[in-house]
Amino acid sequence: MSDLEETCASLRAQIAATETQLAGLKRELARAQEAAVAKSNNAKVSDSNEHAQPTPESRWPLLQEEYKRYGRQMIVSQVGLEGQLKLRAAKVLLVGAGGLGCPAAQYLAGAGVGTLGLIDGDTVEVSNLHRQVLHRSRNVGKYKVDSAIETLRELNPHPTYIAHRTHLTPGEAPTIFAQYDLILDCTDNPATRYLISDTAVLLGKPLVSASALRTEGQLMVLNNPPRPPGDKEGGPCYRCVFPKPPPADSVVSCADGGILGPVVGTMGVLQALEAIKIITAGSGQGHDTGATVRESPLLHIFSAYSNPLFRTIRIRSRRTNCSVCSADATVTLDTITSGSTDYVFFCGSAHPPSLLAPDERISAREYHDKYPPSVLRPQGPSNQASTSRGHTIIDVRDKVQFGICSLEESINIPISNILASPSMEETPSWVPAELAASEYNDPIYVVCRLGNDSQLAVQRMKDLGLDRHGQRYIGDIRGGLRAWREQVDHEWPEY
Amino acid sequence: MSDGAKGAGGPSIPITVEFTGGLELLFGNERKHKVSISACMDDGSPTNLAYLLPYLVDNLMQDQRKEMFIMEDNVRPGILVLINDADWELEGEEKYELQPGDNIVFVSTLHGG
Repeated sequence: MSDLEETCASLRAQIAATETQLAGLKRELARAQEAAVAKSNNAKVSDSNEHAQPTPESRWPLLQEEYKRYGRQMIVSQVGLEGQLKLRAAKVLLVGAGGLGCPAAQYLAGAGVGTLGLIDGDTVEVSNLHRQVLHRSRNVGKYKVDSAIETLRELNPHPTYIAHRTHLTPGEAPTIFAQYDLILDCTDNPATRYLISDTAVLLGKPLVSASALRTEGQLMVLNNPPRPPGDKEGGPCYRCVFPKPPPADSVVSCADGGILGPVVGTMGVLQALEAIKIITAGSGQGHDTGATVRESPLLHIFSAYSNPLFRTIRIRSRRTNCSVCSADATVTLDTITSGSTDYVFFCGSAHPPSLLAPDERISAREYHDKYPPSVLRPQGPSNQASTSRGHTIIDVRDKVQFGICSLEESINIPISNILASPSMEETPSWVPAELAASEYNDPIYVVCRLGNDSQLAVQRMKDLGLDRHGQRYIGDIRGGLRAWREQVDHEWPEY
Repeated sequence: MSDGAKGAGGPSIPITVEFTGGLELLFGNERKHKVSISACMDDGSPTNLAYLLPYLVDNLMQDQRKEMFIMEDNVRPGILVLINDADWELEGEEKYELQPGDNIVFVSTLHGG
């Protein structure tokens, strides 16, 4: 029954998406027809700009509607008419249409940036919707850039929106970046961050870079002012601040670490703000025009559960031996496009650990068959290691995830506790007494979310001698609770 | 060897050490730590950041994966060290001599988005 409901919901979503697409096409057609009529009526008007512009006879540089639409920001002294015209002339590229890219694009579109490009090869997933504010439930499955542009058009039809339905690659990055004046890094991995920074520096584009995880965010404006490599007056690049990438296994994604919507949203909104400041610099009344005072480069750190919420740090200027922006640069557009600057190699990749031998692992299905649920047996105590079932099942996810859903009779020992104890220690405090007691040799099974941490835990327990020199079985459930959902319990929550 | 105070026996200076960007998870999930550290190193010279790093590993860090914090006797790549709200690269990096009341922040860079 629930399968049928899901089918219906999915079909409804597809119909809605197709209808939206159809509506979009109709709008485009109407616009094209209007434009064609206008052109034939007035052959003299040659309007090279793609978006609506007042006719040459107009006394005003903006459309009547634009004065109304942008009035509230135009009367801010730092913007003025001059700033608004700069915004309209600006071409901004957002790399990533996710948690950062959505709010950033929303405010830039709203502010009337003339050309907004979005690049992302991902499609919208349900787990994105809590934070990626341009995507609608009906657009799950659609390219993020198409979903985002659909919403942006509804917000402001004036800008030209350009969809790049691809992940940024070194081969294409220079060609794409060349079409824009300013780049926003709204991505989620170190390799792409280095690629974006290198390309931005070599093409002379300022870069607004942000990131977020869990309850914290970071923001930097890089290569601002944009100067050629070797010019010490230019702002630092990502490589100046982080010459070496972090070890791949220290990089945590939002999928693994979690993320609060307003946290990443805050960072995306700040990116839009910095972009507007860069584009409109020197406009209006409130700014000292001409030679602005050189400010030290800054890193802004946002921490939702700290006091104060924001902290601003002075960071270094350009590194004299930077491999991209110094006189000794070794990275060039050629080495990027040819692939000789290898970003994947530079940043490494985290491989899921494969620490255990096949006989130290059991599939979710095998575990279930071996230890059927308690409905078939008398109920035992649920809050402690159960020896009544003749085995122990340990869940090494953190306490919060264990609280969302857990296997019957499993006990929770977070991997952080296990890794915090020195492996030499006789019996660490996290080991339950009944497991340490020498009279029991019942098997121990370890489970986690995906089957990675469980391997570490098994290994650590064996290092501690809990396997009694091979007399006791200690192993993990291959594929973790994700496999449990796939193989055993389809109603198991997927979070 | 000079005649300066040695180890924990000599005068000490109070500093605040903070971990953020996920590094707090390596330090018992506590962001802010009040630390009292010897004012002089073993050779009698004033205590610097190079001395503080192993001190933190030995005295504050709970996670055993030392390489998540220190690599090749320095902070691992991807961690910024801030001394009183400035990048330590502006302050002499590991040679910076600690002053009473200093605020030392270790920030792990984030990559999500």
